Amino acid sequence: MIRNLGILVGLFFTGVLLYSFLMGAYTYLTEEHVETAEHMFHEHPKSFSQPSDGVFGRFDKAQLQRGYGVYKEVCSACHSLEHVAFRDLQAIGYNEDEVKAIAASFQVPAVDPETGEATTRDGLPADKFPAVYPNDVAARAANNNAVPPDLSLMTKARHNGPAYVYSLLVGYQNPPKKLAEEFPDSMPGTGLHYNPYFPNLNLAMAPPITAEGQVSYADGTKATVDQMSKDVAAFLTWTAEPKMEKRKQTGLAVLAFLLIFTILAYLSYRNIWADKKH
Amino acid sequence: MSFPWASQYNPTHPAMKWIDERLPLPRLVYNAIGAGYPVPRNLNYFWNFGVLAGFALVVQIISGIILAMHYAPNALVAFDSTEHIMRDVNWGWMLRYMHANGASFFFIVIYIHIFRGLYFSSYKAPREMIWLLGMVIYLLAMATAFMGYVLPWGQMSFWGAKVITGLFSAIPLIGPTLQEWLLGGFAPDNAALNRFFSLHYLLPFVIAGVVILHVWALHIPGSSNPTGVEVKQESDTVPFHPYYTAKDGFGLGVYLVIFAAVMFFAPNFLGHADNYIAANPLSTPAHIVPEWYFWPFYAILRAFTFDFFFIEAKLLGVLAMFASILLLFFLPWLDRSPVRSGKYRPLFRPFFWVFVVVVLILGYCGGAPAEEPYVMISQLASAYYFAHFLIILPIISSIERPDPLPASITEAVLGKDGEEAPAAIDTTATTGDAAAQPAE
Amino acid sequence: MTEDNNENVNEEGVRRRDFINVAAVSFAGVGGAAVLYPLITQMAPSADVLALASIEVDVSALEPGQAIKTIFRKQPLFIRNLTPEEIEEANAVDMASLREPQTLAERTAPGHENILVTMGVCTHLGCVPLGAAQGEIKGEFDGYFCPCHGSHYDTAGRIRKGPAPTNLEVPEIEFLSDTVIKVG
Repeated sequence: MIRNLGILVGLFFTGVLLYSFLMGAYTYLTEEHVETAEHMFHEHPKSFSQPSDGVFGRFDKAQLQRGYGVYKEVCSACHSLEHVAFRDLQAIGYNEDEVKAIAASFQVPAVDPETGEATTRDGLPADKFPAVYPNDVAARAANNNAVPPDLSLMTKARHNGPAYVYSLLVGYQNPPKKLAEEFPDSMPGTGLHYNPYFPNLNLAMAPPITAEGQVSYADGTKATVDQMSKDVAAFLTWTAEPKMEKRKQTGLAVLAFLLIFTILAYLSYRNIWADKKH
Repeated sequence: MSFPWASQYNPTHPAMKWIDERLPLPRLVYNAIGAGYPVPRNLNYFWNFGVLAGFALVVQIISGIILAMHYAPNALVAFDSTEHIMRDVNWGWMLRYMHANGASFFFIVIYIHIFRGLYFSSYKAPREMIWLLGMVIYLLAMATAFMGYVLPWGQMSFWGAKVITGLFSAIPLIGPTLQEWLLGGFAPDNAALNRFFSLHYLLPFVIAGVVILHVWALHIPGSSNPTGVEVKQESDTVPFHPYYTAKDGFGLGVYLVIFAAVMFFAPNFLGHADNYIAANPLSTPAHIVPEWYFWPFYAILRAFTFDFFFIEAKLLGVLAMFASILLLFFLPWLDRSPVRSGKYRPLFRPFFWVFVVVVLILGYCGGAPAEEPYVMISQLASAYYFAHFLIILPIISSIERPDPLPASITEAVLGKDGEEAPAAIDTTATTGDAAAQPAE
Repeated sequence: MTEDNNENVNEEGVRRRDFINVAAVSFAGVGGAAVLYPLITQMAPSADVLALASIEVDVSALEPGQAIKTIFRKQPLFIRNLTPEEIEEANAVDMASLREPQTLAERTAPGHENILVTMGVCTHLGCVPLGAAQGEIKGEFDGYFCPCHGSHYDTAGRIRKGPAPTNLEVPEIEFLSDTVIKVG
């Protein structure tokens, strides 16, 4: 009974699926295949490596500090870093006083103790990086209808994030001739900029890092566009997961322990089964 | 509920004796996972996965209870509280990665456990109830995992909640009302997040309850085994402890090594980047996919692209997706072959492996974008999925000529006139190392 | 180990095999115990809470006779600028009569005897005493008065009457400049 019913149900679903398959295949074969501009011109991120990569990866604090400099002088005009607190910067090598000074250079929202009105005050180490715009509407209005995303998690929120950030920063270029010929609609409109590393090829952010020496590096590293882009990508790797170094170190210890345990457990297993054929 | 040769619990310590007389809990444990449970001696490593699934469930419950101490189920702060766990809570990053990857590993283990059951027909009489309860656990685990994925309130959480509850809107007449009732609104928001959190906390304990029933039901007929031949005599079995506790200990070690490697070195590999963007009801991610363990069913859902007479494609997809899971409940009655193990079923074996490949293909297509050729491939694969269970298995079971079965487990292990390997072998060894070598 | 001593060798072998079982189980035990560490410490104050464990307060606007209430570690903190009379009153108390003998100098930073920083938490059962805000009852000893169970504190925040067992707690303080105090 169940089997007969089952065969009927099975024939129904199988039949519908095969019918859909034939219809779909017919359409697929007869319809003209439409190529999209994204499919033709979008590029995967350039290869990018940094000291924190790999199982033994460690952050290069000097590089993170340079990257912070790029963020502060370039990105922070439009992009917030709302999940990061100033106190967190101690982890990339700033001492307590430097953190205090950095925090004080930002204005955070506060309430006036006299009047109760909204005001701002100097940031404290315990504060998080303040939002750049009061809300999305203001952000949109100030940026050609595009909201500059928060950068705290950017390298985790994109596939292959650090490479994506780096490629995007150095990937601005003139639209290829072929794009203008074949996909005139996909050419960058006013206020948009062509960048093959951006999913739909045109983004509202103007090239942010354009000139050598745009950010002054205190440690003597040459501030080329490439170097600055790498440094800020490394910094954003850290902001996305400040605990990465600890994670990997803990992981190594845990793995070493577990491997020894597994070997012991294996020996113990062989030992217990030694006189039992199975 | 056990074999007559099972060893009896006999407490020697007065305290254990005292407890056992008043609450026979030590006896229960002894008979469930101790020396009092005789288990076929020939189990292979696929039989490790039941214990592993139990372990994975415990890991999820413990890490989940802890995360709930720091997580805030409110649409305004849920995403931030998740980041708070990752950044500020002591060891919070580790606990969250443990929980997120633990869910994936739970499903890896469950799937291997289920496919083990399919190949060795562990669902057949007298073990139908174990299979049915297992399927209940599987359904509950899927519901729990889905709701858990909504909690961080990232883009994939939000849109996953919207799409999955949208499935219910396909039901004729009551669909849209049902969806609103499920969400407590017109789209996922605070009401939905709060109830998902509440249920996500509750269901694992329900699962644990059903797991107890699952294990109880297992102890009535005892474990199945790779030959599919029932236990007949004492030499067919070994006591669970120490034989299988040792083997499970080793299996657990291997499992933990792989789990730790992923959790500590590729913790976001099984997740999706979009879920690190806070939920935004105004913008859909370019490519919405559920977590990987739902991909085969998601592929079946999307395989229905054409209306069938008066039934809409959307409804067909939803019906097929639920049917693809529900039909597993009828499996014990669809496959009537008297032989259990795939080892002795020459006709069943190739179809089984085709089925495994088909499910992998469905999984791949479910994770791929909804475009050709993936849709066409998933249509063919889905057709095979249904045909396998509903048409092929019933037919095979009536026309197949199984290979000869061994007379007993002992015979399968030791050969026809096999004797127990003499213990004297050990004493002839000159060193402990050599003695530790088992006779395979 | 010698070849001609077979019995012994065998015994050694058995002991070695037992040792492996014991080692495996002990290792599992150690691992289980190690896992407890993060499971327990996760309940300790998190980094954002600890970041607020120390605050800086500017007291430049605080005139003698005035007090401010602020928040320190999620609890009220009283900072009071004592008048010369109040200081005199505090110093005139006979130490022997105090429940917890402490001089005003012991309860303030050297050179800043007029700035009294105390927790605004009654040492009896944790209510917030009155007396910091203007117009509030200061109690019989011109300091603070806890309305819950009637504890009276003097101008140095010392318990004088009522059920509270000890003086109002003085947190760790440090004058970063003449007007900025670091608490905690």
